[in-house]
This record gives sequence, C-alpha cells and structure tokens, in this order.
Amino acid sequence: MELICPAGTPAALKTAIDAGADAVYCGFNDETNARNFPGLNFSRDELRDAITFAHRRGVKVLVAINTFPRAGAVDLWYRAVDDAVAAKADALILADVGLLEYATRRHPAQRLHVSVQAAATNADAIGFYTETFAVRRVVLPRVLSVAEIADIVREITCETEVFVFGGLCVMAEGRCSLSSYATGQSPNMQGVCSPASQVAYEQEDGRTKSRLGGFTINSFAPGEPTGYPTLCKGRFTTKYGTGYTFEDPVSLDAATLLAGLRDAGVTALKIEGRQRGRAYIEGVVRHFRQAINALDSGLPIDASQLMPFTEGQATTVGAYRKTWR
Amino acid sequence: MQLSLGPVLYNWTPERWRDFYFRIADEAPVDTVVIGEIVCSKRLPFVAPHLSAVIERLRSAGKEVLLGSLILPSLPRERRQIMELVDTEGFLIEINDLTGFRPLIDRPHAIGPHINIYNEASAAFHAQRGAIRICLPPELPMMSVAAVAGALPEVLIDVLAFGRAPLAISGRCYHARLHKLTKDNCQFVCGQDPDGLLLKTLDGADFLTVNGVQTLSYTCTNLLGDADALSKAGVGSFRLSPQDCDMVEVARVFRAVLDGSEDIESGMQRLTLLYPGVPFSNGFLHGEAGLSFVAPDSPAGQYGSHEPIRP
Repeated sequence: MELICPAGTPAALKTAIDAGADAVYCGFNDETNARNFPGLNFSRDELRDAITFAHRRGVKVLVAINTFPRAGAVDLWYRAVDDAVAAKADALILADVGLLEYATRRHPAQRLHVSVQAAATNADAIGFYTETFAVRRVVLPRVLSVAEIADIVREITCETEVFVFGGLCVMAEGRCSLSSYATGQSPNMQGVCSPASQVAYEQEDGRTKSRLGGFTINSFAPGEPTGYPTLCKGRFTTKYGTGYTFEDPVSLDAATLLAGLRDAGVTALKIEGRQRGRAYIEGVVRHFRQAINALDSGLPIDASQLMPFTEGQATTVGAYRKTWR
Repeated sequence: MQLSLGPVLYNWTPERWRDFYFRIADEAPVDTVVIGEIVCSKRLPFVAPHLSAVIERLRSAGKEVLLGSLILPSLPRERRQIMELVDTEGFLIEINDLTGFRPLIDRPHAIGPHINIYNEASAAFHAQRGAIRICLPPELPMMSVAAVAGALPEVLIDVLAFGRAPLAISGRCYHARLHKLTKDNCQFVCGQDPDGLLLKTLDGADFLTVNGVQTLSYTCTNLLGDADALSKAGVGSFRLSPQDCDMVEVARVFRAVLDGSEDIESGMQRLTLLYPGVPFSNGFLHGEAGLSFVAPDSPAGQYGSHEPIRP
C-alpha cells in the first residue's frame, strides 16, 4: 500500500519525503484547496520546485484542488488545474463535477483522483465518477467500515485511498455547512472549517471557554487540555443533558487495521494534517512507514507510539469499526 | 415565481404524514411537492403504505409530484432502494446523492439541495445530462445563485425560502447517540421530536437542530424579503421545507406576497405568528453567517420575536 502524506509547506514536504512518504499531497495558497489557512500551502513556484525535488527522490506529488469553484470565478480553479498539470503533478485531487469535466477535457492524459470532499460513498456513486471522467482513484469518505470498503473495492474499477490517521470529520465530508452557518466561511467554498479568525479563548468563572463566531463551542476545567473549537467537536446541551453531542474529542488512528485495509484491497493510506508542523509530519509518517514495512514483512505493528500526536490524547478507529451501529 | 414544498425531513407518525399531505393537496397554493424519506432509510417502511394515496391526492389537486432520494446511502439495501426509485416510471426524481445518477443520465430529472452545485459549470454539467430543475444548496450566496440561474435560463432554479436549513449529514445517528442506543436498535426515538431536537450552546444560546443523522439550523430560513431580488436573478421557484407548523398558511403567505397582494412586512408578521419563537435567517444568501438575518430594506430585528440569533 502507498503511504500518502500531507504537506502544508515546502519544508513539510521535504520532511514527509525524508520520513518515508510514497506520495505527498498539497495545494495552492488560495481558496482552491480545502486547507486554505493563512501561511499555509504552495505558491506556483514553490509547487514546481517541490515536484521537481520529490520526483528526484522517486516520490509523487498529488495536488488538491478540492473546493467547489465560486460561481462567476471558476477561472481561478481552471488556472489552478492548468498550473498543477504544467508543474507535472502526478495527480489532481478534485471534487467538483464541473472542474472534473474541465480537467478531463483539457488534460485528458492527467491522472485524476476524486477528493473525499466529493463524498462518493458507495460503488454506484464511484462508478459515476469512473465512467464519466476516467478517474483513477477515489478517496473514500470516513463513514465506511473496513467490510464496506472491501465490498466497494470489489465493485469498482479504480483505486481507493483511505484516511488512517489524523483529524476526523464527524459529518459526511463535502456536505457540511456547519462552519458557514456560524461564521460565514465553509470548507466547500472558502476551504476553511471553523476558521481561526473567528476563534476566541476566554476565561470565565475559572474555566476556559472556546468560542467560534461568538458561540461557545466548549468549556474546559483548569488543567483540562483545551481543544480547538471545531464546531462538530464541541460540547452542547440538549434536553437529555450536556456533552459531546456529535463526537468525543478523538482523532483517527487506524494503525491496528492496516492488515484489514490491505486485505480489503485498498491502494493507498492517507494521513490527514496539511496544517500540521514538521515534528508531527516526521513522527507520524515515520511511524506509518515502519508499520507498512512491518506489515509487508509479516511482523507485528507497534501502534503505541503515536499518542503524542493525537488530539486530546485519545484515538478511535472511527467508522472502520462501527461500534455505534 | 413558483412554490415547491420539500419533503418532510422529520419522523412524523405515518398518519400525520399522510394527513399533512392530504391537507397540502387540498389547501396549499404550491405547484410542486417533493415527497419521500430522504434522511433515514429506516423510516421509509412507515410512510410507504400511504405513498400511493398521497401521490394520488396531490396529483388530483394539480400538484406536480417529485420523488426525493436518500441523502447519504451506503448500505446495499439503501442502494437498491435508490435504484428502484430512479426506475419508477412517470415521476420526476429529485436526487440528493449521485448514487442513483447514472440511470437518470439523459432522462429528465431534478437535482436536490444535497448535491453540490456551487457554480455555473457544475450546474451546466447536470443540465446537459437531463436536469430540468435544480434546488440549490442552502449555503449559496446571492452572487452564486444569480450566476447559476443566469447561465441556465432553461433550468428551473429552486431556492430554500422557508424552513430550517439542512447543514450536515452523518453516518451516525445523534438521536440514537443521545438516547444511548445503537443506530440499528434506535427505537425510532427521533419520532419524539417532530420539529427536531434543539441543541443549545453551553451558554444556553439556541444553536442547532438534531434530526437523527441530519443536523439543521436552529433558525428558520426566510427569504420572503429577498423574493424580488431572487426573481430578478432568474430564480423560478421558492422551496418551503415542512416544519411543525401550519405549512398551508405559510404557503399562502408566500403566494400572497409573491403575487403582490400582500406586502412583505405583513407577510413577515404573519410568518412570525405561524412559526413562533424561532428566529428567521437569510445570512447564507447575503454572504454572512447562515444564522444571521439581514432585513431587506429595514433594520434587522423588526419582526417581533424574530430577533437575529445572538450568542
């Protein structure tokens, strides 16, 4: 299985390559990608240089252009596609059908992947993308179990890529407007979720409150680790009580499921976190490199080393085992 | 401007569901009615026995009936249901996911608000493959609505104009989670909340609405005051999404204001009384936070209890 690693900066890309990535994914520093954070991502020149560097090391670069083009400004997204192709990207990761059609028509030889933001959740939806655009790979939504993934792989004609580590979208990706409901900015349109510009931490009654767009998303006792106020990961109140309504503060770690994912026929394992620093990239990528190597040699996988990199020090195998079904 | 009624999103009892549509058929001045369980496939067997009677009543009343498809199908059973649905003869199917899309290509069909149409290129892609109606995602700002509608005058563009905005869909059921039940053994507890379950922030601000696997706004979308601008932009239909209130009267208000027989202010006041206590919002359309309300020509907050939501 290929190991696909995130890079928010040229330095992170080099770190990921040194740590054993088979491919690195990244985006341009604008609203065309779903991690459009200040100070993150690549200029045109940086991307070209990064791809040249990666190719010299035998590593692929996948370019995410995976927001939904703004009406009246689709040329910005078309230019991103053209520039990524010109920079010799090994694949483009796209979500919008209009953009997929453009890329297919304009660059028929370019390898295309369906972004997780397209929310292609089953073999019928994936079949639409492979038949219509000749896409070569689909990044699967994080709502599927290993058994469901195995069933999908059997039915489709393209490769699959699944997330194995990092932040976890609680809702179906690419179909969520929670962020823009509270802040006016969304993953689909601006490439941001729960944007930092609308985040505040305030002390109140001895507790630290995290707010997003003025709304309290969580409240922490002294000494409790204060998480980022991503809307779906907050504590809320209903008539049944107060707590983490949508998901407990955990991050995905599917290291123990690698054999199952391999047996399911998965082509590539993806690590989330283009917004992460080099220490995270280095630690997580190296760990998964070793885990995949161990798997390939029939050796046991040590899944215990990643705790420092997980949110709230707790992990989940997510939907891969649907304990809540 | 036409009026369409979206599908009932909540888990109403089968009899209530049936009687709701009977009354819509007899009384509501809507042109189109989208029916079908689009949120949770487990609820589908309950309304199924009443489907044909409801369809017949709506059609006899001159309503066009569209059949809506599930938003997030993943189980084999759900995929089969969608494939059966899109094979149904004699109906326009409104799809909410690309699962049932291939059999519909080159057949007239409708695109629901859960398919990501954010720009004129993706709208044109679907129009070229048979989409004759597109209900746009509620997140779209006016500029995007206008760009899509302007580029595709032959497609009927529908915009959510009343009702809580659908914001997210999950594989996981939050009603079941809150009741400490598994999804497979949920006991249909979502039925206890026919207008959804209120979710407040820790500071007590009304914030979101939980409806099983779906999360909606707490605020109620209300584009009555934006109707003129949307009509000029090429929007051909306003969608009303059923809430636990008198939807017949809501439709009458919209019809009267759209026809010019009632002014906006009076219409707004009547909507305030029809769906009391829930703040209105139109922030998405104005490029602001979706929960906010931007009054068209007057200061926000003049509509009685419908103060803009505040943290």
